[in-house]
Amino acid sequence: MIQSLVRMKAIMMKEIRQLSRDRITFGMVVMIPLIQLLLFGFAINTDVRDIPVAVVDQSQSAAGRVLTESVRVTQVVNITQRYATPQEAEQAIQDGLVRAALILPADLTQRMAQGRVLGQWIVDGSDTMISGAIKALQNMPLTDFDFEIKPQTHKTFEVALFYNPSQRSAVNIVPGLLGVILTMTMILFTSAAIVRERERGNLELLITTPIHSLELMIAKIVPYIFVGLIQVVIILGLGHFIFGVPINGALSQILLGTLLFISASLTLGLVISTIAITQLQAMQMTVFILLPSILLSGFMFPYEAMPIAAQWISEVLPATHFMRLIRGIVLRGADLVDLWRDTLWLAGFTILGLIVASKRFKKSLD
Amino acid sequence: MSEFAIQARNVVKKFGAFTAIEGINLNVEKGSIYGFLGPNGCGKSTTIRVLTGLLSPTSGEVDVLGLKIPKQSELLRLKIGYMTQKFSLYDDLTVEENLQFIGQIFGMPNHDLRQRLDQQLRTYGLDQRRKQRVGGMSGGQKQRLSLAAATMHNPELLFLDEPTSAVDPENRREFWEQLFDLSDQGTTILITTHYMDEAERCHRLAIMESGFIRADGEPERLMAEMGVNIVEVKAPALRTLKEKLLLRTEVRSAAQLGVRLRVLIHNHVDNPIQWLRQQFPELTQSEMNIARPSLEDVFVTVTGEGRQ
Repeated sequence: MIQSLVRMKAIMMKEIRQLSRDRITFGMVVMIPLIQLLLFGFAINTDVRDIPVAVVDQSQSAAGRVLTESVRVTQVVNITQRYATPQEAEQAIQDGLVRAALILPADLTQRMAQGRVLGQWIVDGSDTMISGAIKALQNMPLTDFDFEIKPQTHKTFEVALFYNPSQRSAVNIVPGLLGVILTMTMILFTSAAIVRERERGNLELLITTPIHSLELMIAKIVPYIFVGLIQVVIILGLGHFIFGVPINGALSQILLGTLLFISASLTLGLVISTIAITQLQAMQMTVFILLPSILLSGFMFPYEAMPIAAQWISEVLPATHFMRLIRGIVLRGADLVDLWRDTLWLAGFTILGLIVASKRFKKSLD
Repeated sequence: MSEFAIQARNVVKKFGAFTAIEGINLNVEKGSIYGFLGPNGCGKSTTIRVLTGLLSPTSGEVDVLGLKIPKQSELLRLKIGYMTQKFSLYDDLTVEENLQFIGQIFGMPNHDLRQRLDQQLRTYGLDQRRKQRVGGMSGGQKQRLSLAAATMHNPELLFLDEPTSAVDPENRREFWEQLFDLSDQGTTILITTHYMDEAERCHRLAIMESGFIRADGEPERLMAEMGVNIVEVKAPALRTLKEKLLLRTEVRSAAQLGVRLRVLIHNHVDNPIQWLRQQFPELTQSEMNIARPSLEDVFVTVTGEGRQ
């Protein structure tokens, strides 16, 4: 009995010693709960606020300005753009610049007097949380007017849901899932890539050959690009035929967009691979990237619903940019040029990642 | 072109506060087999890694095949073959796939590669196993494959880091035959080992201990210049005898070999057998012969200080 305890104590002491000497694992023990708790705490916020919207005020009247102001003070939306025509507003929605647009018709003052519907919201309906928040504005009371308006018989605004009129969450989740699954598999595959060579002793041989660091890095990720594309076909194929997700964008745009994201994720994995010493460490770091990619990328909660600090982290993650890109292409029929900010960001991330990885990977044992 | 494949001057390599090699000087002639003999942790592998440019020396000059190392180590890569101490090819690839991979990395054109591959498989007796995955092969087979891979691109200079540590004696013998063939074809070979019999096969030899080269030269000369005579004593109670012998300054060392004690006595003692009989009365009836020096004797004579 005593001996058994002594033996177990020996194992426990050894385990603690080893754990405290594996600095990355030890760091993860502290960092994972700390960071993830903060992320979860901030990100889980179903109160959607500050949705970026555009206003098209065709009435150009005092009533229009007061109405716009009373919409703004609800804090549900943040008026970031103003356009002259509904067409421009629609384009802005497609480009992902705004999530919705409020169109106030030329006869606004007249409509007020008659108690008719005052204007129309056109909404990117792909995210049901966003469209839900806008729909809540449908019946907003009008109290800010210093002149008499006829009390409404029904709603203040008409709401037109674009892209996902039937409000099915699958429509938004399936393209998002693409981002999450690719993040998970792509980073995991490559994060182990260099580490595995090191662990198995292949690296010492490899670095005595004439291969250059950059050649090695590129050659390591290219095969996985095809793995990623197979996953894309499976996810979008199932999403389209089983869950009825519309594919409004061109296939070539989907292909290019996912290629960009796959490359970005793979290079991120490679960078991890040059930092981690064991495959286990590589795995832990992958999880460290994966969790915020699920929580903060706009996959689970709308970007707009997150506090500023979380949005900053979100902006750094390739998954965030891909979520915007792929939802834009698949659901709104946008293309990479419309969404040039995210396109550029992913391309820049890939190039930077490759450079960092090949700089970090020295062909020496020093 | 110099006649030396490797020249090193006062090479020092430190890892933090630890000095792995200290003031190494080397001249390795082209076409020779040069051995590094020393215990584990004496700096053999570090020296090889500095010479191949895998590690940058803390100070000193290294010239390998006319290239300044580590500055020009990328150019050197095409000219050298390196067989690491730990098996470093891919276990999940077949014999053929591994060699093909190495050939392609070294930029061999397809046609040459196929020819060279067949040739290498025959030379190293692997043609029956070309489709076999490496994972399940024996130590000897893996070692032959490693050598085949290291020589795939006909390197001028071959670095072998303890190539025979996982191999049985028969395979070792065969392995050395192959090394002599390569040397005959003009390849310079630098090999590290902790086996005495292997070291004895080298053209030249450096004996390393705690980061220093303690002696270097041809094995025969090292043995001849050792400065000791060797007496093999057959007597009872060898353990206590050994203790007594080692107290004398004339005795350099004593090692037991079964029922005999091999005693190394400084050569300023003119007649060592007579000296032993005089000094140790219990040995008057014992059987004693002068023995031929071995490399192990050299090793024991030059080392023994500063071992941790």
